[in-house]
Amino acid sequence: MTDTLVPFEDVLKDFDPALGLEVHVELNTATKMFCGCPNEFGAEPNSQVCPTCLGLPGAMPVVNGKAVESAIRIGLALNCTIAEWCRFARKNYFYPDMPKNFQTSQYDEPIAFDGYLDVEVEGETFRIEIERAHMEEDTGKTTHIGGATGRIHGADHSLVDYNRAGIPLIEIVTKPITGTGAKAPLVARAYVAALRELILALGVSDARMEQGSMRCDVNLSLAPKPSSGEPGETKLGTRTETKNVNSLRSVERAVRFEMSRHAGVLLSGAKILQETRHFHEDTGTTSAGREKSDAEDYRYFPEPDLVPIAPAREWVEELRGTLPEPPSERRARLQGEWGFSDLEMRDAAAAGALSLIEETVAAGAAPQAARKWWLSELARRANDTGVELTDVGVTPAQVAEVQKLVEAGTVNDKLARQVFEGLYAGEGSPAEIVAARGLAVVSDEGALSAAVDNAIAANPDVADKIRDGKVAAAGALIGAVMKEMRGQADAGRVRELILEKLA
Amino acid sequence: MPEITRDEVAHLADLARIDLDDAELDHLAPQLNVILDSVASIQGVAGDDVIPTSHPLPLTNVFRDDVVRPCLTPEQALSGAPAVEEQRFSVPRILGDEQ
Repeated sequence: MTDTLVPFEDVLKDFDPALGLEVHVELNTATKMFCGCPNEFGAEPNSQVCPTCLGLPGAMPVVNGKAVESAIRIGLALNCTIAEWCRFARKNYFYPDMPKNFQTSQYDEPIAFDGYLDVEVEGETFRIEIERAHMEEDTGKTTHIGGATGRIHGADHSLVDYNRAGIPLIEIVTKPITGTGAKAPLVARAYVAALRELILALGVSDARMEQGSMRCDVNLSLAPKPSSGEPGETKLGTRTETKNVNSLRSVERAVRFEMSRHAGVLLSGAKILQETRHFHEDTGTTSAGREKSDAEDYRYFPEPDLVPIAPAREWVEELRGTLPEPPSERRARLQGEWGFSDLEMRDAAAAGALSLIEETVAAGAAPQAARKWWLSELARRANDTGVELTDVGVTPAQVAEVQKLVEAGTVNDKLARQVFEGLYAGEGSPAEIVAARGLAVVSDEGALSAAVDNAIAANPDVADKIRDGKVAAAGALIGAVMKEMRGQADAGRVRELILEKLA
Repeated sequence: MPEITRDEVAHLADLARIDLDDAELDHLAPQLNVILDSVASIQGVAGDDVIPTSHPLPLTNVFRDDVVRPCLTPEQALSGAPAVEEQRFSVPRILGDEQ
């Protein structure tokens, strides 16, 4: 079945979107949520499991205190109230990714609730209301065998690795986000980006979306626009939940696609089915998943094996003292220190480059140079390869080193791009790449002088113009020299030589 | 008096991935009602002043230090599995969709 899509611009004529974002963050504690197994990514299958996280009979869970601390810090950073008393709950469902047949989570007593996070989109600030942040455990990883596409349908059996089962998760749920109109896809993206920035600043997770340590479920519904004159009816439409949207760009695309799809369904007179959807990175589309279970289908009940959590107010205040600078204040401070224009600052924030620029500056680069590399060459690379800027394969220290090479005249901007090519390919440090690839600007005056002489001889009319004082014509000769030197010359020095010789 | 209907039993069976036929539903629904009736008699004893008890001991904040402890080996972990493939637990075909 193909979806009838309404062009995005037309969706807004008839409908107002409402967003709801659920973000799961895997904490970077040393151990799992309820047992002492290591919390590590990429270990061999079923090598980080014990009787507790395998749900073996008689095994008893014990809460990881560090995970509770991280949960409270996240809650405080999101301006939430921290529960005086709360419990864990069992979420019962029948799927082999949890060997206990339930997931230990929190239900109606989350550790943190009623907060907000302000995000900025194109100069406009949106306050995203946070409904709750609760603690739970991650599930095991299933691999479906026998189906053509690795999907569950058509598979004849599945394999389960429980290394991930029990890793501490914080689920952060927004209240319905309305009033964003055409900016809904950008607001969704900006929220997840801001949340990621906050999580990284707190140091509680590495928040790598492509590795799944930060995952986003995108809820979207459309409500008919109130007809003019009538008081606005705020009833929300039926929502769909697009699961596991795993990059900032995909969050934006998933919202955009679902808005167009919902509008197509609604305008045809049909109803939106409340269901989960799968997002497809390759096409930017979604497809139907399962019908959404009602909360009561999970038969939540208080976890009898874990005693309630009642964080002392002194502890909460102590943790409040460990919070990083709030993102908006940090942006204002950095803008002052760097001397960026509003537009430059906004672009850098939107690209998720603030911390990268900050670290590059700390490594010795000038702010504008750091900005230039991260938002041009490296942003292009991230976009082309479909990864976040942080995962582009180049560190802030390396960017600063490349910039030093540029300032020392060892390489020019064009050659610097080739140094980055070497860094992507893992060929060593910038200096090593310059040496190995022979990228250094030729400072051999003899070779340079000969190339300038050749260019003058080959372009006598241009040379005459320069002799007559038309200095602007030098560009044509510089181009010829750079071509002969295969780009490995300092354009400024070439220009000097040309003007000297034709004076 | 709470009553569990035949439809509710069918829904629960569906959630639990248990295939019950009509005869079994007819048989089980009244039985479950007997059990619920028995539990309901406790409601008569509990007064409004008694809050539901989830934990019998007045304990809170039992935390563990974030220190790694030895795991099972994969061989130990998988030793009770009916079927193993590629060092993973092999489970029969999953009906329905991803959770």
